[in-house]
Amino acid sequence: MKRFLYFVQKEYFHIVRDYRSLIILLAMPPIMILLFGYAITNEIRNVKVAVIDQSKDQTTEDLKNKIFAGNYFIFDSELASLSQIEKTFRKGKVKEVIIFEPDFEENLKRTGTANMQLIADATDPNVAASILNYTSMIIRTYQMEMNEDLQIPLSIKTEVRMRYNEELRGAFLFVPGLITIILMLVSAMMTSISITREKELGTMEALLVSPMKPIQIILAKIVPYLILGVIEAVIILVVGSTVFGVPIRGSWLLLFFEGILFILTALSLGLLISTITDSQQTALMISLMGLMLPTMLLSGFIYPLANMPVSIQIFANFVPATWFNIAIKNIMLKGVGLEIIWKETLILLGFTIFFVSISLKKFKTRL
Amino acid sequence: MREIIIILIKEFRQISRNKQMLGIIFGMPLIQLLILANAATFEMKNINIGILDRDISSVSRRLVGKFEGSRYFKLTDWFESEKEAEISLEKGDCDLYLTIPQGFEKDLFKENSAVTFFVVNAIDGSKAALASQYTSSVITDFNQELREENINHSTIAMNLNLMKNINIEYSNWYNPELNYKTFMVPGLLVLLVSMVSLFLSGMNLVREKELGTIEQINVTPIKKYQLILGKLLPFWIIGMFDLGLGLVVSKLVYHIPIVGSVPLLFAFAGVFITVLLGIGFLISTITETQQQSMFLTWFFSVIFILLSGLFTAIENMPQWAQTLTYFNPLRYFMDSVRMILLKGSGFSDISFNMGMLLVYSVVINGLAILLYKKTS
Repeated sequence: MKRFLYFVQKEYFHIVRDYRSLIILLAMPPIMILLFGYAITNEIRNVKVAVIDQSKDQTTEDLKNKIFAGNYFIFDSELASLSQIEKTFRKGKVKEVIIFEPDFEENLKRTGTANMQLIADATDPNVAASILNYTSMIIRTYQMEMNEDLQIPLSIKTEVRMRYNEELRGAFLFVPGLITIILMLVSAMMTSISITREKELGTMEALLVSPMKPIQIILAKIVPYLILGVIEAVIILVVGSTVFGVPIRGSWLLLFFEGILFILTALSLGLLISTITDSQQTALMISLMGLMLPTMLLSGFIYPLANMPVSIQIFANFVPATWFNIAIKNIMLKGVGLEIIWKETLILLGFTIFFVSISLKKFKTRL
Repeated sequence: MREIIIILIKEFRQISRNKQMLGIIFGMPLIQLLILANAATFEMKNINIGILDRDISSVSRRLVGKFEGSRYFKLTDWFESEKEAEISLEKGDCDLYLTIPQGFEKDLFKENSAVTFFVVNAIDGSKAALASQYTSSVITDFNQELREENINHSTIAMNLNLMKNINIEYSNWYNPELNYKTFMVPGLLVLLVSMVSLFLSGMNLVREKELGTIEQINVTPIKKYQLILGKLLPFWIIGMFDLGLGLVVSKLVYHIPIVGSVPLLFAFAGVFITVLLGIGFLISTITETQQQSMFLTWFFSVIFILLSGLFTAIENMPQWAQTLTYFNPLRYFMDSVRMILLKGSGFSDISFNMGMLLVYSVVINGLAILLYKKTS
C-alpha cells in the first residue's frame, strides 16, 4: 500500500510540476462555459435582408417596418430587379430577400389576397428554415392585426407550458454537455499520453522492473487524474450555476457517483489507447482526432439524438459519452434518481470493465 | 533548397514508417466524414406525444387523429390522469403531452373558443421551441378545417370573406430541399482537414525537443526558415491530399454540388493550411512537452470549431463574439468553402476572406520563425 502511494505521489508531481498544462486544464472549463453561454446560440439575430418592393404603398411600408422593428432582421438594401438576387447572395452577406408583388395594397383591398415571396439563402439549411419561420410569423401577426375587428369564430387556443426549463435557456443543455465532453477528452488524453510518454522516454522500463503489479502501476496512474477530473467537473458546475443558474435538482451524491464512474470509463479508454500505441503523437492523434468530433456530435450535445437516422443512433450507442450525457441531464435538470438511470449506469460500468480488461490483457510487462 | 528537401525526405520517411499514423491521417478523417455527416440535423422527426383526453368527444378525437397522422409526431401514450402524464414526461417516454379539458367541444361551439394545453419537456430549449411550433401548426390547420366545414353557418362565412389574407410563397435557394448534408459535409471536411494539420504540426517540433533530437538538428547548418519550411511542407501536402480525398468521397457518396471552381477552392485551401500549420508550429515552439502542446492545440481547436459558423451561424452571435471570430482562421475557410461549392462564388466574392488569411499566414509564420531559437 505504501509503495502504491509513492507511485501516486510520483504521478501527482508530474502533474503539479508541469504548471503550464495545469493552468490550461483549470482555465479551460470556465472559458469554454462563458464562450458557449454567451456566444453559441441558435436563435437568429441581425440577419441581413434585401427587399424588392414593386408596390411601394402604405401596407408594404408598414409590413417592412414590422419586419425590421425587432432585432431579428436588419435592412440591407433595396434591389432594383429580380436578376440582382443571385449576385447579392453570392457575396454572402444577405441571407434573405423579401419580394412584394406590384399593387400589393390594391390587391389586398380588392380581392382580399396579396402575394409576397420570401427567398432564403439555404446554404445553411437550419438557419434558412428559422429565417423563413420568423419572417412568416411576423407577417402572420401583421395579418391578424389587420383582421382584428372581425370576430373569428370557432377558435382553438393553445397554452404551452415548458417544463424543467421554462425560459428555454440553452445553458441548461450545454452545461451538462460540456461536463461530458471535457471529462471525456481530458481524461482519455491524459492517461493515454502519460503512459505512452513513459514508453517513449524509456522510463517505462524502470516502472516495469519495480515490484509493482501491472494493475498497481495502472491504478497509480489513474488516481491523480480521477481527482483532477472531479475538480474540473466541480468548476464547471459552480460556474454553470452561478453565472447561468443551471440547477442541480437531483441528488448531489448520485451526480458525484455517476461523474466518477464516467471519468473512470474515459480513463480506461485512455489506458486502452496507450496500450496499443507506442508514441505520444499517435496516442494524441487517436484520442484527440478520434474522440473530439464523435463525442461532440454523437453524444446529443449539439444535435438531438432522436432526430438522427437509425443507423447513426445505433452507432452513437457505442460512444460512452452518449450514456453519461443522458444520465447527467436527468439528474441535474429533472432530478430523477437511480431508478430511472440505472440502465445508463450499468452500460458505463460495462464499458469500463471492457476497456480495463482488454488493456490488462494487452499490457506488456516487457517492452 | 537542398536542405529543405533533405528535411522533407526525413519527415516523410518518419510518417510513412508509422503504419498506425498513416491510418489515422487518412482513414480516420474519411470514416468520420462518412458517419458524422448524418448526425447533424435540427430537423425534427418522431416527436413523442402523449394524450390526456378528458373530453372524449368527436372533435377531441379528431384532433388527436391529426397528431397521429402527422409525420412529425408519434403517439406514444394515452393517459388517464395528469400524474401519469407527468411521470411519463419525467421518464422521457414522451417529449410532450396534450391535455384536452372536459367540455372542450361544448365550449368550442357554444362560446366560440376553447383551450388545449401542452406541457413540453424543455431541457433542450431549441428542440422544445420547435416542437411547440409544430404542435401549434397542427392545431391551426385543424382549426381552419373546422371553420371550413361549418362555413354554411352565416357569421362564419361573412367573416371569412372579409378576412384579408397575405399569401406567402417560400423558396430556398442553393439547397431547395433543405438537405443539411450539402451544408454539413463541406463543413466537416474543413474541420477534419484543419484538425489533421493543426495536430500534426503542433506536436512535431516539441516531440524532437522532448526526445532530444532537436539538438542534432540545431547543430546542422540548416537555416531556421529552411527547417520550418521542410517540416511544414509534408503536412501541407497531407492536408491538401486529405481535402482532395474528402472532396471526392463527398461527391461520390453524398452528391454534394460543386458549382464553383475547384482550383479556386484548392488555392484558398493552400493558404488556409499554411495558417493552421503556422499556429501549430508556434505552439510547438513555445511549449516544452508534447503534453503541453496537446492541451494548447486542443484548447484552440475547440474554440476554433465552435466559433467557425458550422454549428451556429456567426450572425447569431453577439457583437463581441463576432469580433472574436475574425481571429479564427476556420471562419474564413468555412465561409468560402460554402460560397465556392454551393453558390459558385468567384474570386472577387471571397477576396476579403483570402486577404485576411494571407495576412494571418504571414504574421503567424513570421512569429513562429522569430520565436524559434536554435540555441537553448
